Amino acid sequence: MAAHLKKRVYEEFTKVVQQQHEDLSAKKLRLTKPSKSAALHVDLCKATSPADALQYLLQFARKPVEVESVEGVVRILLEHYYKENDASVRLKIASLLGLLSKTAGFSPDCIMDDAINTLQNEKSHQVLAQLLDTLLVIGTKLTENPSVRMRLVEVACKHLTDSSHGVRNKCLQLIGCLGPVEKGVAKEVESQAAKDVQKIIGDHFNDQDPRVRTAAIKAMLQLHERGLKLQQAIYSQACKLLADDYEQVRSAAVQLIWVLSQLYPESIVPIPSSNEEIRLVDDAFGKICHMVSDGSWVVRVQAAKLLGSMQQVSSHFLEQTLDKKLMSDLRRKRTAHERAKELYSSGEFSSGRKWGDDAPKEEIDTGAVNLIESGACGAFVHGLEDEMYEVRIAAVEALCMLAQSSPSFAEKCLDFLVDMFNDEIEEVRLQSIHTMRKISNNITLREDQLDTVLAVLEDSSRDIREALHELLCCTNVSTKEGIHLALVELLKNLTKYPTDRESIWKCLKFLGSRHPTLVLPLVPELLSTHPFFDTPEPDMDDPAYIAVLVLIFNAAKSCPTMPALFSDHTFRHYAYLRDSLSHLVPPLRLPGRKLVSSPVSSNITPHEDPSQQFLHQSLERVYNLQHLDPQGIQELLEFTIRDLQRLGELQSELAGMADFTATYLQCQLLLIKALQEKLWNVAAPLYLKQNALASAAAKQILEETYKMEFMYSGVESRQVVIIHHMRLQAKALQLIVTARTTRGVEPLFGMCEKFLQEVDSFQRCFISELPHMQGSFVDKLLDLMPRLVTSKPSEVVKILQTTLRQSTFLHLPLPEQLHKATANIIEPTGESDNPLRFTSGLVVALDVDATLEHVQDPQGTVKVQVLYPDGQAQIIHPKPADFRNPGPGRHRLITQVYLSHTAWTEPCQIEVRLLLAYNSNRSKASAKIPKSTWSESLETLPQLENGIEGTIPFSKPVKVYIMPKPARR
Amino acid sequence: FPEVSHFVFCSGPGAGQDVGRSCILVSIAGKNVMLDCGMHMGYNDDRRFPDFSYITQNGRLTDFLDCVIISHFHLDHCGALPYFSEMVGYDGPIYMTHPTKAICPILLEDYRKITVDKKGEINFFTSQMIKDCMKKVVAVHLHQTVQVDEELEIKAYYAGHVLGAAMFQIKVGCESVVYTGDYNMTPDRHLGAAWIDKCRPDLLITESTYATTIRDSKRCRERDFLKKVHETVERGGKVLIPVFALGRAQELCILLETFWERMNLKAPIYFSTGLTEKANHYYKLFITWTNQKIRKTFVQRNMFEFKHIKAFDRAFADNPGPMVVFATPGMLHAGQSLQIFRKWAGNEKNMVIMPGYCVQGTVGHKILSGQRKLEMEGRQILEVKMQVEYMSFSAHADAKGIMQLIRQAEPRNVLLVHGEAKKMEFLKQKIEQEFHVSCYMPANGETTTILTNPSIPVDISLGLLKRETAIGPLPDAKKPKLMHGTLMMKDNSFRLVSPEQALKELGLVEHQLRFTCRVHIQDPRKEHETVLRVYNHLKGQSLIFSLPRVLKDYSVQHLPDGSITVESILIQATAHSEDQGTKVLLVSWTYQDEELGSYLTSLLKKGLPQSTS
Repeated sequence: MAAHLKKRVYEEFTKVVQQQHEDLSAKKLRLTKPSKSAALHVDLCKATSPADALQYLLQFARKPVEVESVEGVVRILLEHYYKENDASVRLKIASLLGLLSKTAGFSPDCIMDDAINTLQNEKSHQVLAQLLDTLLVIGTKLTENPSVRMRLVEVACKHLTDSSHGVRNKCLQLIGCLGPVEKGVAKEVESQAAKDVQKIIGDHFNDQDPRVRTAAIKAMLQLHERGLKLQQAIYSQACKLLADDYEQVRSAAVQLIWVLSQLYPESIVPIPSSNEEIRLVDDAFGKICHMVSDGSWVVRVQAAKLLGSMQQVSSHFLEQTLDKKLMSDLRRKRTAHERAKELYSSGEFSSGRKWGDDAPKEEIDTGAVNLIESGACGAFVHGLEDEMYEVRIAAVEALCMLAQSSPSFAEKCLDFLVDMFNDEIEEVRLQSIHTMRKISNNITLREDQLDTVLAVLEDSSRDIREALHELLCCTNVSTKEGIHLALVELLKNLTKYPTDRESIWKCLKFLGSRHPTLVLPLVPELLSTHPFFDTPEPDMDDPAYIAVLVLIFNAAKSCPTMPALFSDHTFRHYAYLRDSLSHLVPPLRLPGRKLVSSPVSSNITPHEDPSQQFLHQSLERVYNLQHLDPQGIQELLEFTIRDLQRLGELQSELAGMADFTATYLQCQLLLIKALQEKLWNVAAPLYLKQNALASAAAKQILEETYKMEFMYSGVESRQVVIIHHMRLQAKALQLIVTARTTRGVEPLFGMCEKFLQEVDSFQRCFISELPHMQGSFVDKLLDLMPRLVTSKPSEVVKILQTTLRQSTFLHLPLPEQLHKATANIIEPTGESDNPLRFTSGLVVALDVDATLEHVQDPQGTVKVQVLYPDGQAQIIHPKPADFRNPGPGRHRLITQVYLSHTAWTEPCQIEVRLLLAYNSNRSKASAKIPKSTWSESLETLPQLENGIEGTIPFSKPVKVYIMPKPARR
Repeated sequence: FPEVSHFVFCSGPGAGQDVGRSCILVSIAGKNVMLDCGMHMGYNDDRRFPDFSYITQNGRLTDFLDCVIISHFHLDHCGALPYFSEMVGYDGPIYMTHPTKAICPILLEDYRKITVDKKGEINFFTSQMIKDCMKKVVAVHLHQTVQVDEELEIKAYYAGHVLGAAMFQIKVGCESVVYTGDYNMTPDRHLGAAWIDKCRPDLLITESTYATTIRDSKRCRERDFLKKVHETVERGGKVLIPVFALGRAQELCILLETFWERMNLKAPIYFSTGLTEKANHYYKLFITWTNQKIRKTFVQRNMFEFKHIKAFDRAFADNPGPMVVFATPGMLHAGQSLQIFRKWAGNEKNMVIMPGYCVQGTVGHKILSGQRKLEMEGRQILEVKMQVEYMSFSAHADAKGIMQLIRQAEPRNVLLVHGEAKKMEFLKQKIEQEFHVSCYMPANGETTTILTNPSIPVDISLGLLKRETAIGPLPDAKKPKLMHGTLMMKDNSFRLVSPEQALKELGLVEHQLRFTCRVHIQDPRKEHETVLRVYNHLKGQSLIFSLPRVLKDYSVQHLPDGSITVESILIQATAHSEDQGTKVLLVSWTYQDEELGSYLTSLLKKGLPQSTS
């Protein structure tokens, strides 16, 4: 019966094709208004051979098609499709159909029926596959329409029996992308199909072609991604696929297993060949671990990566991954790690290895040895020893993720991570150092481990050394010998690589503040003080001595007994360092000198430490002064700004906050100053000089507001309002100044209108914040808005002037965390007297090495600017890969800048600096222009660039001496 | 097809349960292949070479052997080659990889020099013989399938171990053997890990040197080694590392070289000259055979072009200050390494690191076992004050590695060679237990025969194949499929053709063959009613999802003349001539429908269900 029905359906469809076909040709004449489709039609009719037609189509594909003419073009293509005998041309047409239906703004439902109909009579498998691909495109554009999806899925199911793998592939892909996901839809038909989709795909897990098997698994994963809950029954099928002959199948199967293990972690599965049962996630973990020793490295990488995200696995299984039973001649042997641990615990550290030190001990029961690692056994041991560094990196990453969630595992994997510090590939070494840093909260290093870690400090790669310093910053050391060892090695490092100074000091700062009790017994030795004799005063400029002091002072912060051990000159040195290296040396309460703050405040939480209090106090002082005489306000502001700047220098953690507020007050000060100008009282044309000051002030305020908005991370919308408000005031000032100084009204019309628009958009953007801004400039302005819109420019200016003067000064609330983006160019140092010589017209590469702090998305915003002596400026966008991320909030830019110039007669200096690009219109930046479907068209690209409004220089410029020589003939 | 003993294996004149002197004979589907042709280092008489008379008593070796395969250049795998090809006489092809072909003659020449020039032996192969022998060698690339003749083909896989070491797959028809030679499953500083695809050979012949050992990770050993060297050099001491010219020496060189580079060390490293320079040259050339790191970075700098390692001169040994020296030979029994050792032994700041195993009786073995006073020739007593360290850097697969390889290749049988019997016994038991494949461990000279179950390829025309696969469900890769056709065996070829074509080719007339069967059913009703009941029963079988469901895909029809057809099978019912209560069902089918027909008969024999009406 069903067969009959099917036949009838077929018959009917074929009929429809015929009719439509005729319809089309008739309709076409009416439709073909767009010249594009007409031209194509003519071209295709002219084509004498399939090769010709193909050429036309290829040419046609290079040009984009407007939305309106897409349908017409599709009709013509379809018409030609039915006439064409050559499969390659049909293939191209099919692919064009897909491409066309991707056109933005075009709804492909009108061509769907035709596309489905073309499938009926197609004989060539390749064309069939391409047509299905087209349907996939159409389907993805019409995902909202369930009936279309149902239909397409039905079509796909019908073609699943095709003998060509390509067709089956596409069908599965189609089902995966469009198969119904939501369960229990009201219509029975749909729920029926919904139930089946998983089964249909599951049936193809055993397809004879590996590509189809892969596609089936991928389709299943796709369904999962779209939100369908996969059935647990698939698990056993997927497990069988892990033993497939083809790597892509295995690789996909590993993913599927992982997905299922995340979906059903707690269900119980039986262990084959025994009657025990385990949790599914444990079983899956064991299976994926097994794949870490697969024959194909692609699968190994995949497996190693996924292991990291299986956090529900029980600790028993987890710890097995690091287990490898050693034996020699059937006798149990201890691993080097175990031996090291034993040596350490027996108190005999670093004894030389003797012949037979690793002699095997007890006999092993031959029956109990399991050579094939069942389950998780030793997975990471294998992964970390793998031939391919990709696998090793993946394994290290996985270790990191697992260790972060399980402290006991972190403890165990330490030995292995330390071993990785000696990997032959730098990337792996670096990765393992970073990993160690990330898990360092959970671990304490043993002395022998620390020894291995410190040995890497001699590495010639700066990245490695800095990563290691970073690691040492947050490491827990267990003994005072450990601290001493670390200090000695760091000092060795300092003598070998003096450029590491800053990084080493910083490292010692943290080391000291973390282990005050361990540093305490070392102090006399470190300062080389003697109970009876005075020792010579060390050289204050010696970086090594400073390093030692940084360690001690930071330890002394939480160890009040320590200062008693200091000698006189140490106190003097403290005072000096506290001032010169305030970010490294904390405030200490030393006997004999009084700290500024009262002793009470030292006991309260760090949240309200004296400096923070000071900040708030000074700000409140400023905000409370609403109506003082102008002179007083100015002075107070000036003092406060000075105080804040100094505070920022002294207290690195408050630097962002202090600078931010200082900048804001600076803006306010400028505004007040500008409004105090005499210019306002006198007729405009007479005071050209003074208005230069006012307009300069307006300009500077604008600049500062951009800095405030974009250079600080952690700025919240409350601050943004105030910043924008300040900017608005600056613009008003600008308007007034221009009105005063220019003659004629014409230019003012435009300016006024623009300003009013800005006020309007300000209101729209920050409508929720307006209630907080009572009495402010904008508040008053909005009250007057109806009047402003109707009045003449001169009146507007007048109103603005009075409102500006009358408006109160807004309180700037401070966010929790505020950090200023800073950049520091390490290289070039700018000290070289040897010019960089190169032949003019050719390029020379300049290595630029800089550290960036608190820059969000540096890849998109940080640029390098090169200024030539002739005023020519060049802006270079570094590659995304040039940015490294050594720690949270910190980036490192290591790039090459290409310089070139015409010949000079003598060497001259160029300036290199870093810029922070910003885009003032946030809404524009977020709504990215959709990419054109026609890959060839490039017109849309420059539009993205237009959004950038400006750049802020945020690093000190560095001068580089260069000398382009004339080319020798 | 019955199981035929198609494939004989013989563990030949060497190898077996023995380390040294590898030589294995395989005869596979009528082809004879010799795997490796090694010598024994321990003997100085005839026993050092395999006994080739074992292969054939009379007649030339060339007639008997189809080819010889050498896995790598170590003398215990290739040392007897010139003797075998030139002195015993073999003119057939010899296969080895390119690096092996390049390095092998150097080692052979060196070996010849020591035996003939130093020890003064006669009746040994000459330099010319080595050259002639190498002319017979055909070099192969990795993963290149080489056709030895029409039937025999070989293919090389990467084996790690030493430069150019390979595993070989030998294939005749659908039967295959994989021979591993020596291999290493963990990568080291200069070579990668052995790898093989899932080739499912009938037999895997694997070495089993470390059958009972599971080794610790290489990283600890490397780190220890580097730390030792670094500390000694920082103290101002001298480090002596006795090595053999090839293999481990290069690994250690790379290790130290990169470490020196990384740590910016300045102390000189020397390498005693001789064989080494030539060998290093080949390491430089065959970059593709090294590990990932060296392969990827050689564009910038070839890792074997050492920056810190320089050639050693005798005079350097007396230079003050720290230094590291690699010197041959590795067991400190003679030569340069011993000389340097004698010079440095007295200073406790110095250190000697033994990177490998030492034979009993050598100085190396003595100092490793803790002896501090050595008696040298001339009754001198040498007091050893320098530190003695032992580092094992072996490049053989351990037990886990062997198991891993077996897992990768999925062989049907495993054969262990190149190991000690006692240890092999353990591994054998493990293999059988965990892979459920049979495992053999023949002794020297013993022959093992393995039965295979060869599949025989048959040609089938595409038309017939398509026609037959179209019937029934989609073909499933994992399950056998039943096909109808006529098998024709003609001129050593098998063809499956359609019956019509077979008839045509053979000039025969087609005969129809029909099976009929009578089934007795107790049914008192009328004949047509019985027929109807049978029809409903069969129809029910096809519609209801009951267990058998065999009839699901077939159409069951009730014809007006009172008979039932299931596809082409005819069922008629007549009353029994004697007993009206018994109905006789006549079932008739052609031989093509044998399967369905017999099924129907058995179904009907079970009787009809109790009618509900």
